[in-house]
Amino acid sequence: MSIFVITYYSLLLAGSTAAAFFNKRSIFTLLFSLTLVSFVVGIIGGPGGLRAIAICAGILALAAMVSYSFREFLIMLAGPEVAKELRTAPLTAAFGMFVIFTYAITGIFAPWIAPFGEAEVISSAFAPADENMLLGADQLGRDMFSRLVYGTRNSVGLALTATCLAFFLGAGAGLLAAVKGGWFDQLMGRIADVIMSIPSLIFALLMLSIFGPSMPVIICAVAIIYAPRVFRLTRAVAGNVVVMDYIEAAKLRGEGTGYLIRREVLPNSMAPLIAEFGLEFCFVFLLVAGLSFLGLGIQPPTADWGSMVRENATLISFGDITPLIPAAAIALLTVAVNFVVDWMLFRSSGLKEH
Amino acid sequence: MNKKKEVLLEIKNLRIEGYSDEKWVDIIKGVDLTLHRGEVMGLIGESGAGKSTIGAGAMGYARDGTRISEGSSIEFDGMELTTATESEKRALRGARIAYVAQSAAASFNPAHKIIDQHTEAPLQYRLQKRMEAQEDAMDLYERLRLPHPQEIGFRYPHQVSGGQLQRAMTAMAMSCRPDLIIFDEPTTALDVTTQIEVLAAIRDIVDQFNTAALYITHDLAVVAQMADTIKVLLKGEEVEEASTEEMLKNPREDYTKSLWAVRSFESPQRQRPKDGVPLISLQNIDASYSSGPKILDDVSFDVYEGMTVSVVGESGSGKSTAARVITGLLPPSKGEVLFKGTPFTHDYRDRPKDELRQCQMIYQSADTSLNPKVKISEIIGRPAQFYSGLKGADLKARVDELLDLIELEPSQYYNRYPSELSGGQKQRIGIARALAAEPTFIICDEVTSALDQLVAEGILRLLDRLQNELNLAYMFITHDLATVRSISDEVVVMQQGKVVEQGAKDDMFKPPHHPYTDLLLSSVPEMDPNWLTTLLEERGVENLGDAAAAKIAEK
Repeated sequence: MSIFVITYYSLLLAGSTAAAFFNKRSIFTLLFSLTLVSFVVGIIGGPGGLRAIAICAGILALAAMVSYSFREFLIMLAGPEVAKELRTAPLTAAFGMFVIFTYAITGIFAPWIAPFGEAEVISSAFAPADENMLLGADQLGRDMFSRLVYGTRNSVGLALTATCLAFFLGAGAGLLAAVKGGWFDQLMGRIADVIMSIPSLIFALLMLSIFGPSMPVIICAVAIIYAPRVFRLTRAVAGNVVVMDYIEAAKLRGEGTGYLIRREVLPNSMAPLIAEFGLEFCFVFLLVAGLSFLGLGIQPPTADWGSMVRENATLISFGDITPLIPAAAIALLTVAVNFVVDWMLFRSSGLKEH
Repeated sequence: MNKKKEVLLEIKNLRIEGYSDEKWVDIIKGVDLTLHRGEVMGLIGESGAGKSTIGAGAMGYARDGTRISEGSSIEFDGMELTTATESEKRALRGARIAYVAQSAAASFNPAHKIIDQHTEAPLQYRLQKRMEAQEDAMDLYERLRLPHPQEIGFRYPHQVSGGQLQRAMTAMAMSCRPDLIIFDEPTTALDVTTQIEVLAAIRDIVDQFNTAALYITHDLAVVAQMADTIKVLLKGEEVEEASTEEMLKNPREDYTKSLWAVRSFESPQRQRPKDGVPLISLQNIDASYSSGPKILDDVSFDVYEGMTVSVVGESGSGKSTAARVITGLLPPSKGEVLFKGTPFTHDYRDRPKDELRQCQMIYQSADTSLNPKVKISEIIGRPAQFYSGLKGADLKARVDELLDLIELEPSQYYNRYPSELSGGQKQRIGIARALAAEPTFIICDEVTSALDQLVAEGILRLLDRLQNELNLAYMFITHDLATVRSISDEVVVMQQGKVVEQGAKDDMFKPPHHPYTDLLLSSVPEMDPNWLTTLLEERGVENLGDAAAAKIAEK
């Protein structure tokens, strides 16, 4: 038995015994079940299997530590009101915020971070990673890492703009429909139904093949596809607000629709809308990536995660993980945004943990 | 009375903590309570006094976000509930301890028939077979004097009235013949005429089965009818406990005395000006909601400058609809609303700003009438800005002036949000918002009914003072006759969309009355513990409450 295996088991056992001694049930259950699993893995997979478990646990612990420190960091920076809210954030939400923060920095400072240009050919096709190129080269010999960094800017920027536009259209129409009611409400509702009845990918492909795959067209097409969902949510939320007495008081005062929406209805429907924004952002992002993968999204040579997956897809058959890296970037951002949204939904729903 | 035999429930040093702002705070600070078999104890206090929390605690139950602290002891019939397991406690609840909630309408499941919900507990505990349980239910319905006891149980909750539902709920609590029932404000949401029926029914049935009860309420007159002993609570602590007679005659503590004295405020009666034009005059108003039945039927009454007109009646009598017609939210289908002799535009959307500002409204629930996301300064400042075009320093001065008027320190409240205020303070902000428009006429829709009696009296005094200072006219919509007595100059009694009687207050409280007014007046509970008994003897059961109201309406 190697020293590694012995240290591995003794650490786990010592940990679980200590947890049992100090009456920490959940920690004990976790550690001891891990020990039992390790016995099985150890027998089947040998030290290699155990090493994999150790690495996974290490990464998890690292992520947890980063999230914890990042949360403390934010609490330190924020004002007292926000800090109080932040303290309620679970580690997953802090992790999500950290990832989003990293992506934002990467996207904003892409030209400074990336060692090469996004369209710059610097080596032979599919060159392996070396000290110059962190992640190797793509099918044309461009630096994978630089393209990934620029991709953050393009993919995330595009998805963000499209989501914002979808919200502007959807929430605006939803609020107006809730406040006005009557035929306007009906009309908007039916328009939303019509748009929603067309499958989103087919609608996007149709629009893009008619108007050509340029940035503004992609943004508009995606915004139109997602606006009806935002409309439905906003109208439902605002519908609960417009029946309140303070809205009646404002109406009786003679306030116009603009003031009603801006000062009375919108502030009271904000929480679910923000949560929805996070969710929709993920869907939009995936749709944009999907369009790029099909070749109708952002056009080459502009770096984009979706098309990067497609262009390097051939490498999969050689057992190389390069095409999976942009895919992982997409997955990580989606998961991170969802972590944050989960926390916000939890807060706005007013649920308490038991 | 041979009720005081055996101790049923003994609570010692009960402490319940609630979790707020990341700390555990004491809500109940060490309350002792002893309840004998067949005894009824009244728990009274303002909201936030911990009455309901103690009621739930008596079942060994702590709501989400609260916990019973160590060192508390709740002993029910020899069994310690604080250490009992969840399944042991569950076996007690429903079977031996039952609970009647404030809002029966919200507590019944709307998707099941009443009798199916009634028989759930006996079937669950295998006390009775379904048919037996149903027969027992009908028997209970009869004892509680529900109409058509044989078939009322087969209706759905929305098909019976609020008072009937509350009695059905009491019957349901009785279904397993529990030793203890906890009544949590069972009549607070009901009209006076309905309340009296429910009270009589509850008292009878508790008596018949010798059930012990905890009766939680904030209404002293109600508790005086129901309870053998009264315990007064304040902020989670016991103020005093005594038998009902003793407590009513000689309350010891100052706080209790202040509760007793609360109904003493009465503003002097004002007379109509001899030859004035009424400020607001409703003339033969008919109104209905979207071609439904008529809600208002030929309603006419006048409100003179600087006077208070109270509109009383049960829920559904059309009081609030009259207010909606005046404000223009519901254009009348016939008739005219005159303002100083000139007709008001029917629809509020067509009214010019100057008409809109004349007539302001104060709502029942301050929680829904103030925008929770807007600061006090803007809530009050907006009407002043909107109507008078005030800006900057002028606007701030005006808001400060208004806050002074409603007796709130401007510097302290200027930047707060509504959620940072108490119920009474919120209602004051609502008043300030109405005043900010500089109106001549204010509609007060049940402004005090959601408030504790002490706070409500403060609001009434404030409204009276403002009326004298600013020469305002009020239309006071209420079902509480004590409020009517204290603030109004004239009274309009409404029943089923019609005005049945109107006149000056002093005349209205003296006989002869219209039979409906008489019914309303006689249904208001009084402090005398024998009031209900005497009234039942005088009039008989069938001449009280809804039954009587229906008879009058038929004539």
